[in-house]
Amino acid sequence: MKQTIKFNHRLAVRSRASIVGPKEGAGPLGWCFDRVLEDDLLGMKTWELAESEMLRQTVSLCLEQGGLTADRLELLAAGDLLDQIMASGFMARALGRPFMGLYGACSTFVEAMILCGAMVDGGYRKNAVCAASSHFCTAERQFRSPLELGTQRPPSAQWTATAAGAALLDTDKAPAAARLTHGTIGRVIDYEVTDTNHMGAAMAPAVGGWGPWRRSIIARFAFGKLQERPGLLLGLAGGADIQAL
Amino acid sequence: MSTGKKTPEHRRYDRMVKALTPNSNFARGYMRAFWVGGVICAVGQMLSLFGEKALGLTEGSDAMFTSIALIFLGVLLTGLGVYDDIGRYAGAGSIVPITGFANSIASPAIEFRREGLVLGVGAKLFAVAGPVLVYGISASIAVGLIYWLIGGLGA
Repeated sequence: MKQTIKFNHRLAVRSRASIVGPKEGAGPLGWCFDRVLEDDLLGMKTWELAESEMLRQTVSLCLEQGGLTADRLELLAAGDLLDQIMASGFMARALGRPFMGLYGACSTFVEAMILCGAMVDGGYRKNAVCAASSHFCTAERQFRSPLELGTQRPPSAQWTATAAGAALLDTDKAPAAARLTHGTIGRVIDYEVTDTNHMGAAMAPAVGGWGPWRRSIIARFAFGKLQERPGLLLGLAGGADIQAL
Repeated sequence: MSTGKKTPEHRRYDRMVKALTPNSNFARGYMRAFWVGGVICAVGQMLSLFGEKALGLTEGSDAMFTSIALIFLGVLLTGLGVYDDIGRYAGAGSIVPITGFANSIASPAIEFRREGLVLGVGAKLFAVAGPVLVYGISASIAVGLIYWLIGGLGA
């Protein structure tokens, strides 16, 4: 099955930017992020406006680091987890550039990279920004229960990140920190996991089709809190290996 | 491919997920629920005695006073952003008492206030407590009917 596309140009990731919440900033990857928020409400009235503002700042920072003014940006593709991808829509309204709204949940950012990559690679646009955001406080309301509800989470429950990321793509030959050469378009793999507190188990099988080492790494991420048992984790990640176990 | 029916492979995967997923620490959970729930009940008992001795309430109205006071405390602690922390620690210990019910009404009220008074608070106030009310009231009707039938036979 053909799932991977190869771009003709070696597309440059000219710049990237990330802004995260306090909890994410305190984690083991904290040093990687451009900015860690002290106030995850960003002085806004609602969590949704805060998420949109976080995304807007991230896109602006990305453009700034790429040495591009907003009026020279030719395409913006972004998404988030809210109804009507509200955070991205309001961000795009503020930026006023050609905008494609995307919803792929966890895959939104990569979806944006592939679509922007194709637009830039095909010569339709000179540059493009791919972006995505999520916010713990908006996601809890969207998918689970009110923030102040006094319930417990089981150990397998995932925690939606408060974070926004953006990357600027172009075809410039100048040296770049990273290049986009291929994109793999995934299929929906559903193992009928219906537990909303076990999203890792629902998502892990989708990683099938890659090399086993890669599946193992992704399964480890998906099962963040699970016991580290490489053999079984490997099995969890791909249909073929489940047969073997 | 997927038709919503579990294939043997899906079931094999389910078993593996179950084997790998860590369980909650039950002994610790029971202990926490026990002492926090106990403290809430003790506070209730104190309120009841206070109503009876200090306020001179009769037997029916001191229970009502206790419920109202506990609901007030539950809502107050929810508003102060404390009740969810208690709930994360105590689990059922703070969900089962009437303060937990107050929390389940107050927390959507806070969450959905931003969506307006009618379509926000009005429409979503019972988002959490709704199922409890629907099935609680339905169950009480069923039990009432059974009681009436048995009572009718006895008479």
